[in-house]
Amino acid sequence: MLTTSPAFKQNAARALNDPGLQKALANVRPRFIEKRAKGVATLPEFEQLREIGRDLKNHTIAHLDVYLDAYARAVEAQGGRVHWAETAEDARRIVLEICRAVGARTVTKGKSMISEEIALNEHLEAAGIQPVETDLGEYILQLRKEPPSHIIGPAFHLNREDWIEAFRKSHTHRPADRAFAERRDLLTEAREVLRDRFLAADVGITGANMLIAETGSSVIVTNEGNGDLTQTLPKVHIVLASIEKVVPTLEDACVILRMLARSAVGQDFSTYVTFSTGPRRPEDPDGPEQYHVVLLDNGRSNMVGTEFQDMLRCIRCAACMNHCPVYGSVGGHSYGWVYPGPMGAVLTPSLIGVDKAGHLPNASTFCGRCESVCPMKIPLPKMMRHWREREFERHLTPRATRVGLGVWAWFAKRPGIYRLGTRIAMRTLGLIGRRRGRFAWLPLAKGWTSGRDMPAPEGETFHARYERLKRQGLV
Amino acid sequence: MEQGIDARARILGRIRRGLRRGPLPDSLAAGLVARLRTHPRNLVPARGRTPPAERAARFAAELEKEHGTVARAASAAEIPGLIAAYLAQHNLPAALRVAPDPLLERLPWADRPMLKVAFGRAEPSDAVSVTSCFAAVAETGTMLMLSGPDHPTTLNILPDTHIVVLRTSRIVGAYEDAFDLIRAERGTAGATPTGTRFMPRNVMMITGPSRSADIEQTLELGAHGPRRVHVILLEDGTG
Ligand code: SF4
Repeated sequence: MLTTSPAFKQNAARALNDPGLQKALANVRPRFIEKRAKGVATLPEFEQLREIGRDLKNHTIAHLDVYLDAYARAVEAQGGRVHWAETAEDARRIVLEICRAVGARTVTKGKSMISEEIALNEHLEAAGIQPVETDLGEYILQLRKEPPSHIIGPAFHLNREDWIEAFRKSHTHRPADRAFAERRDLLTEAREVLRDRFLAADVGITGANMLIAETGSSVIVTNEGNGDLTQTLPKVHIVLASIEKVVPTLEDACVILRMLARSAVGQDFSTYVTFSTGPRRPEDPDGPEQYHVVLLDNGRSNMVGTEFQDMLRCIRCAACMNHCPVYGSVGGHSYGWVYPGPMGAVLTPSLIGVDKAGHLPNASTFCGRCESVCPMKIPLPKMMRHWREREFERHLTPRATRVGLGVWAWFAKRPGIYRLGTRIAMRTLGLIGRRRGRFAWLPLAKGWTSGRDMPAPEGETFHARYERLKRQGLV
Repeated sequence: MEQGIDARARILGRIRRGLRRGPLPDSLAAGLVARLRTHPRNLVPARGRTPPAERAARFAAELEKEHGTVARAASAAEIPGLIAAYLAQHNLPAALRVAPDPLLERLPWADRPMLKVAFGRAEPSDAVSVTSCFAAVAETGTMLMLSGPDHPTTLNILPDTHIVVLRTSRIVGAYEDAFDLIRAERGTAGATPTGTRFMPRNVMMITGPSRSADIEQTLELGAHGPRRVHVILLEDGTG
């Protein structure tokens, strides 16, 4: 997928003025936030599981070489093949070679963020192989030639009218005057159209939510059942998975499974949690004859040992974006690449470079909600701050910010002067802002105040308040 | 192939460089493989620890919450009649594609001559399938379907209606209990790092009918898989 991340500001401005998108974004609270809260409430041990999950993934990453090797050997001992792909280009080449070897003409696809990351569809099309997205959300995006805007609800930004328009335009073999009175009619039509594609496909490609080292299994977690049709009906099943998806045992997978659907959509468990282990066995009546796993690195191994290593714990549940006020205002497309929201703001610079994605870590209010809901306890705000620092060191920040921060740093290193300075500034700002309690404009801070108001200080600096509370024994 | 081996070495090498170490010494790596072999349990929540006598009721309640339906049979002989009644109630065709499973093959289908019964994997035109199920989990009303000659995977996913015969003795408390059953009943020696293999090609954990919320984030049942999942609980001792 081509990135428009460098244009985050322009993208965001457009999103704020897009009434259709804003209507869709109004669904975030009832459909995701409230549902997650209910889902989490069904499991009193949720907080404990978060800690166990964090430790489990940390352990796995600290021994990732061993677990990946064990996983790959377990796959191969059961007749599957593992292909190691260092880059997106390698992964595309491997998939194409597998497809060509069986003379594939059409390929059905379950939902896979890795497929988006490596821009697989464009590559297959260019080689004369037709990819068919079968997840409903991905399917309509393919019809509309649009990227996903959310990692679990890819067509989250669309309204019913958009679906009707796309179906009328694309399914021209159906009566032109058919009615779409209900959502159900859309679903039925998509089901019928895609059923033929499932049956005709030569190769099925899915992602993987996890890989199990103990058993050599890949796991997909879905609600629609399209992933299961994709991987059961064709002769060949290809799994696209990135290297950090491995967990040691089935018991370890249980920790993540208990949190994944609850964090994502507030479901206790997804409808289909499916484990695939190798190709069809001699006694099996159905299933694919070939089973391939493409293990993608694409920058992840370079995150190990850095301040971004914790990001490798991510299970792609989307809770962080669902709870992010910035995502809730500008939607997923503004982020300009595959992964939006807080997890995207941290991951995208790692994968495509901070020079292209440097704006994303700034798209944060540092309110901390993402970290507080993240089932894997990933310190997202801290990592966004790391990116800001790196970006600053590389002098990619606009000059005004750099000078401003330089001045701040000079003062901050000299606490006496800093306190005096902030006290004066506070008083001044407090006086100017008294009338309405906020500033719509501040000198030197236009980039900040053009999108939001700065609350006027209420009288005390942080230091002064901290000192006072300490004296009163309150901190 | 050469390139593949190099890619593997380079990826593992970068991971080790990040971890600031070389390959783990054999003794340490063996400890990790031993953990794979013993697969210790993590925290199993209280809702996964239902006492045996309450599991069937818990399973049914959880599945119904996820839009599945449940009927009870006191004996296997009742099952064809229960299926016929269900089909009639939902105006479904009286033609079944049944898994070639001994339990299902032995049912007295002849008692219901109106039912057209065929055994085998699902064909695209099949509207209703009947399968058994390896085990079920009370924690969330989840059923485990294991692929094999007695259970074609297509039966779980192609037809519009999936009818499952579940023996109550096969309902366990937590997912971990179900995995232990697979290990115990399907394990054989294998050339894997742990020295055993037990997973069939495909294990589907199914909780209710297929669904999608992709259209305006609103739940609709029957996306690509079955629109209806109906479970017949066969009392066989426990539960
Ligand atoms: S960062 Fe955390 S909350 Fe966000 S998608 Fe990943 S696991 Fe979920």
